[in-house]
Amino acid sequence: MNNTEQVKLSLKKRYAREKRFQWYGKIAVWIGFVFLATLLLDITLKALPAFQKTEIQLQVPIDWETLGLQPDTRIDPESLRTVDFGGVLKKSLREVFPDVKKRKDKKLLYRLISSGAEYQLRDLILSEPELIQQGKISLWVTADDDVDTFYKLKKSTSRIKPKQAEMIQQLMDQGKIRTRFNDTFFQNSDSREPEQAGIRGALVGSFWTLLVTLVISLPIGIGAAVYLEEFAPKNKLTDIIEVNINNLAAVPSIVFGLLGLAVFINFFGMPRSAPLVGGIVLSLMTLPTIIISARAAIKSVPPSIKEAALGLGASHMQTVFHHVLPLAMPGILTGAIIGMAQALGETAPLLMIGMVAFIVDVPGGILDSATVLPVQIYLWADSPERAFTALTAAAILVLLAFLVTMNAIAIYLRKQFERRW
Amino acid sequence: MTTLHETAPVIDAHQDIQFDGTIGENLVENAKFSTRNVNVFYGEKQAIFDASLDIAENEVIALIGPSGCGKSTYLRSLNRMNDTIPICRVEGELKLDGENIYGKSMDPVLLRARVGMVFQKPNPFPKSIYDNVAYGPRIHGLARNSSELDEIVETSLQKAGLFKEVKDRLDAPGTGLSGGQQQRLCIARTIAVSPEVILMDEPASALDPIATATIEELIDELRENFTIAIVTHSMQQAARVSQRTAYFHLGRLIEVGQTNQIFTNPRHQLTENYITGKFG
Amino acid sequence: MTASVLILLIIGLSILAFLAGRFRAARAQKNGRLKALPKHYGYYTAIWSGLPALILLVAWSALKPVYIHEQIREVLPQSVLTQSNASVDLYMNDILLAIQNNDTRDDPVLIRAVDRYQQLQQESNWILTVLVVLLGLSGIVYAMTNSLLRTQARSHTETVIRVALFICSGVAIVTTIGIVLSVLFESLRFFQSVNFFDFVFGTKWSPQIAIRADQAGSSGAFGAVPLFFGTLLISAIALLIAVPVGLFSAIYLSEYASQRFRATAKPALEILAGIPTVVYGFFAALTVAPFIRDLGQSIGLDVSSESALAAGVVMGVMIIPFVSSLSDDVITAVPQAMRDGSLGLGATRSETIKQVIIPAALPGIVGGVLLAASRAIGETMIVVMAAGLSANLTANPLEAVTTVTVQIVTLLTGDQEFDSPKTLAAFALGLMLFVTTLVLNVFALHIVRKYREQYE
Repeated sequence: MNNTEQVKLSLKKRYAREKRFQWYGKIAVWIGFVFLATLLLDITLKALPAFQKTEIQLQVPIDWETLGLQPDTRIDPESLRTVDFGGVLKKSLREVFPDVKKRKDKKLLYRLISSGAEYQLRDLILSEPELIQQGKISLWVTADDDVDTFYKLKKSTSRIKPKQAEMIQQLMDQGKIRTRFNDTFFQNSDSREPEQAGIRGALVGSFWTLLVTLVISLPIGIGAAVYLEEFAPKNKLTDIIEVNINNLAAVPSIVFGLLGLAVFINFFGMPRSAPLVGGIVLSLMTLPTIIISARAAIKSVPPSIKEAALGLGASHMQTVFHHVLPLAMPGILTGAIIGMAQALGETAPLLMIGMVAFIVDVPGGILDSATVLPVQIYLWADSPERAFTALTAAAILVLLAFLVTMNAIAIYLRKQFERRW
Repeated sequence: MTTLHETAPVIDAHQDIQFDGTIGENLVENAKFSTRNVNVFYGEKQAIFDASLDIAENEVIALIGPSGCGKSTYLRSLNRMNDTIPICRVEGELKLDGENIYGKSMDPVLLRARVGMVFQKPNPFPKSIYDNVAYGPRIHGLARNSSELDEIVETSLQKAGLFKEVKDRLDAPGTGLSGGQQQRLCIARTIAVSPEVILMDEPASALDPIATATIEELIDELRENFTIAIVTHSMQQAARVSQRTAYFHLGRLIEVGQTNQIFTNPRHQLTENYITGKFG
Repeated sequence: MTASVLILLIIGLSILAFLAGRFRAARAQKNGRLKALPKHYGYYTAIWSGLPALILLVAWSALKPVYIHEQIREVLPQSVLTQSNASVDLYMNDILLAIQNNDTRDDPVLIRAVDRYQQLQQESNWILTVLVVLLGLSGIVYAMTNSLLRTQARSHTETVIRVALFICSGVAIVTTIGIVLSVLFESLRFFQSVNFFDFVFGTKWSPQIAIRADQAGSSGAFGAVPLFFGTLLISAIALLIAVPVGLFSAIYLSEYASQRFRATAKPALEILAGIPTVVYGFFAALTVAPFIRDLGQSIGLDVSSESALAAGVVMGVMIIPFVSSLSDDVITAVPQAMRDGSLGLGATRSETIKQVIIPAALPGIVGGVLLAASRAIGETMIVVMAAGLSANLTANPLEAVTTVTVQIVTLLTGDQEFDSPKTLAAFALGLMLFVTTLVLNVFALHIVRKYREQYE
């Protein structure tokens, strides 16, 4: 009984320690959760303004005379080249504020609308030339980003002059300013003006880059996995290959960028900033991920199926291509999707090969200069304008949406085709 | 398990053998453990049906039966090791010295300090031989200073018959010993806490015959100080080390009796079939 | 775009070869048994037709720019050639631009170079097309003239596939060699102008100064110690966050949490690993750094808005899942028998974890931490966006420091001449980074593997 008493004495202290230890664990898990929640919440809150854009309503005179065209001119890009749409908009702005007389104030007035508004007007007339017959149209034009920020936050910023604030107040009183869904963000490419900047170019760039990555890394990854799992002899070379693949998986991504710069761009003279080079670099980077998961998938195919095929007289190669690979395919694809998701979020190596350039055009192929979504995020995050912060956060949300979708597909595939042998 | 709660279930469909409750001396006077109507479940599946058994002080009782009969499960419910399996549920009345094992006032840590356990596969910690044995006394604070701890370690190793073999290399890792030595180390580790009861779950099943013989001798010596319950699948072992034997079949306690009587003159048909090797 | 036309041509020829080979074998089969199915003869002929042509195409495309480069050099005037290598490269860019924009700026040298370039391109395309067609056709002829009975068409085909599979797995080795060579060569060139020891032990880093003074050989400005130190400082902060949080959450999830909680909490934590690093960079630069600065100000501390602390904390959050999932793996790999042994002696759960499971899992955990450390050292975007550019040699986490990866990015983005020590320095830094992470990884993987073997 002596022992029992002694143990009893120590119990209280020990259970207190036990409880404390459990709390450390709980706290650790919750720290992780809180960080995750803060991150997502912070970005979502920052992104929200970017999904709305501010517009100002103008009565725009678009008769032939104002446009400076002969009546009944054929409306095409060539004939509209001479038209001063900016001037037309300025005139309609002055009509809204007839008492603005001073030169300095007029300048402030003109800065209320986006510099892209004139293209908005031009495109409208190009698509609907018959509007000219009306002589005057009511048009909602995109406001400048400073106006946009001011209007959404409803408080003064240093970039809005008191005079402009008065003007905006007047517009609000007349109901001539509104916010609506920001389609520009999805339709345009990069721009120096936040209110005209969008992610279309970056999305298309990401698409081309990922396409190259997929086309290169999937066949090579599957080939390597098949070789290592099914045909590789047990020797030094195979060992070296295996160690190599494991190590490559942990090499910092920026080093792959250096490789791309030195080998593909400087040695082979491939074009800078092109999705082709970006795709090659990313495929080298994702290759280990794909190989490792493909090997796991191939390994999980039970040997009995292989033996059955071999027993019927199929060659080893036929067995692998007719039986093992089809059965391993869901697992391989799951790994490939996860690898692609990694590649989609990767930034650093692409900076090295010049995909950081400011590119306004939507890339039309794998040899055009392009940027990708994460690099676009990096570029915008660096921009000083306040409105770019919201755009950056919005672009991040789009990127995360893509990643979530890809991972969801991977999980679905795994659930759907998971077999218990 | 279709015949779950009938009074006399048929438990051997091949021979149509009926079970009408435990036969023999399952209850004793000076019980260390007394268990009544024990039912154990793993999730939906019932592993033990209404077992009632007493274990007397300072006896060696052997639990035998074909694999999957619930003997290990029964043993593990005696020191609440089943608590570590989330889906496991124990019902019935289990008492140690009259104290309810599953009661609120019973502390599992204290219970396990009083009821030690030796496992099927030797499982020394990846520590030195000394630290393995000193582990229990250290966590329970049984030694006031290092010389006392040295003493506990030495006597435990001596009692486990291992001291002579390892006294020069107490700092060597316990995992470096042979299988039989490892198992004796695990017994020394258990003894070091000075438990009142030692539960042994097929302690020799992973060992060669010579190591097995050493363990069996050891069990015989330990009987003086400890109450021992041993699960074994070897009938010879049960015959050699135990005074009483309990036979389990498909989760039911079929027959309990003096070891001599069980092996020479079994009363239940199933016991006889098992002893004579009709199945096992 | 001729490459894609040629690839189509090769594919066309191969299909033709397949059909021809199969047809011939099918006809021969009527007269007697063959050693393989007709389609195998088809594959065999297709491989003989397509593979040599494809190899030629790839080799040609790889070597063509080098050859054209050399040829263009010859028409360039001495004034361009006598300058460094880089200016020839720049000139090539001018040529390409001139062709693209159809604007030679009426520069006679440029006009001549453009003419020569276009002429070379045209010649190359013609020769290549002819060679590809010839190779493709002769492959068909060769395969068809082989006697059907003697040819083991299937095993030939399978050998080719097997070699192709081997080459696929060789890509990993080629990549590693490519990394080593590219980083090593440029670094060697760098060390020709900057002393190796000055680089590794120098404490002053200001590559811009050397450029401005046009002193290519100046060595004083390329001391990388502040960079190494900054990298270590930020990584240390990151590990200080990630190791306790990751390890404790792994312990909690594997030893205490209910199945249900674990099933949701584990993937939730792993989301942290799936978030792109540029997102963390944004979060660090725009949220955490200002927050820490304001917090410091409110208690009277002077905190830089690019403090090492901000970058380190966010990086720590990023690597929490690495530590936790690797620790989780090794903790669950500890056999249940260990837990039973300890619990059976009356130890509490935490005693079992602290005194039996963690010591048993320690090698694996250390391996995991090393992998996380290598991840932190090589992490780029967070520090590029949230850490500073100036090379301060300080241990104060509230000040701005710069890191190896930040400098690589800064040196290599924007306008660059490939031969200046400034850009070559980036490769020397890359070499350091590669070697450090490689050593860490090899060591960590070795430990982890040894650990796994122990319990198998």
